[in-house]
Amino acid sequence: MPKEIDRDGLRRMVEAGAQLVEVLPAEEYVEDHLPGAISLPLRHVDAEGSKVLDKQRSVIVYCWDIA
Amino acid sequence: MSPRAAWRLESLGFSEVYDYTVGKLDWLAAGLATEGTNANRPRAGGLARKDVPTCGLEERLSVVRDRVRNQGWEAAVVINDERIVFGLLRAKELAGNGDQLISQAMRPGPSTFRPYVLAEEMAHSMVDHKLESSPITISDGRLVGLLLQKDVVEAVRKSA
Repeated sequence: MPKEIDRDGLRRMVEAGAQLVEVLPAEEYVEDHLPGAISLPLRHVDAEGSKVLDKQRSVIVYCWDIA
Repeated sequence: MSPRAAWRLESLGFSEVYDYTVGKLDWLAAGLATEGTNANRPRAGGLARKDVPTCGLEERLSVVRDRVRNQGWEAAVVINDERIVFGLLRAKELAGNGDQLISQAMRPGPSTFRPYVLAEEMAHSMVDHKLESSPITISDGRLVGLLLQKDVVEAVRKSA
């Protein structure tokens, strides 16, 4: 089950090597994204998730907000 | 959107998946740096005056007025010890009866804006609503600074 993480936890995990992934549409990523994040829009997760992400490392996903 | 992505990644064999549920909005609202084409555009947080005078609810208006004017200001933000914004003193409020407490003299509950709002949007909003100044706060209500309309209009003019 995916675990929720807050801002401080995110920073700690990214420093420790977690992969940070924005799942919003690519054009939103181009405008603004969290430092070090990669773009993997939700509709591309199925086809590309296993190619662009390392299953041996933690992954943190985010979008715009909780909605 | 992110919960679905997190669950899908887990189903694809990723065992350690986390969801930053409050997302980019939380990050931006905290005034933290981003990357991307908007990263270097002027925003409310960067333009806000961090040296704006502040005061507490229980201070006397005459005392605050002297302090504010000695610092060359005609505005002050009313905050508590945690820098949570309670009110605003603009020129009109500062000119009131000096015997009043700040809690009586202030304009309570002023509209605040988040640090990530782009200067263009802020300029339009402040001009349209005739706001000379607006407190900029992060998501928990803490003061970042006071944004002056003249500063944001000038920033937009320079970046045009």
